[in-house]
Amino acid sequence: MAEISLRVGAEDFDPGAEIAALHRGNSETGAVASFVGLVRGDKDQVRAMTLEHYPGMTEKQIGILAEQAASRWRLDRISVIHRVGTLLPGDRIVFVGTASRHRGDAFQACEFLIDWLKTSAPFWKLEQGDTGDRWVEARETDEARAERWRQDRENP
Amino acid sequence: MKIVYFAGLRRQIGVGEEIIEPPAGVSSVEALVAWLKTHSPAHKSAFEGCPRLMVAVNQDYADFDAKLAQDDEVAFFPPVTGG
Repeated sequence: MAEISLRVGAEDFDPGAEIAALHRGNSETGAVASFVGLVRGDKDQVRAMTLEHYPGMTEKQIGILAEQAASRWRLDRISVIHRVGTLLPGDRIVFVGTASRHRGDAFQACEFLIDWLKTSAPFWKLEQGDTGDRWVEARETDEARAERWRQDRENP
Repeated sequence: MKIVYFAGLRRQIGVGEEIIEPPAGVSSVEALVAWLKTHSPAHKSAFEGCPRLMVAVNQDYADFDAKLAQDDEVAFFPPVTGG
């Protein structure tokens, strides 16, 4: 079974260090895939973004997703980090990393995790722009991306 | 019963959580929402202003016909936007 590491907090992370930690000491790992999400600053003059979450449920839901990934793909380690609090354009928000024997499992599990995290982990973004505060609305395209992973559909 | 609100709902209602004792007839999420709407104009407008209201019971996603118990933690929030 894969080792699962979850972190939710205000602190920034070092993607290089997180990637190294995904395979350190495990010479059977042959592939690490990772995703880093950033605060995008070009739209509507976003000056800052504040992320809130539901402590407890967040960890529970990400844990469920990680267990699903671990049972669906052959993974050695999974790492998910999600920041909360106020962030600025260019800041890192989220890290998802997967380590596996081969790249196929690592790539697919990584994409599955970020797609489902976006639609089921209880985080909300409040954008602070020139015209005031605005709650970011959920996007149907994100839901469609997550739905692609349902196992009753034709999927790779 | 502990009720928690997030994001726009929390701001509109003005509190992040409240402890309530719904009457005996309020035994489902749907009935709870109807009852909470009678609490204050802020509750009513917050729920009615959230067209895709999500609910979690004891930190798991639930449906509106889910049955509730007195010691449940029920959370209401708009669709999530993390990642």
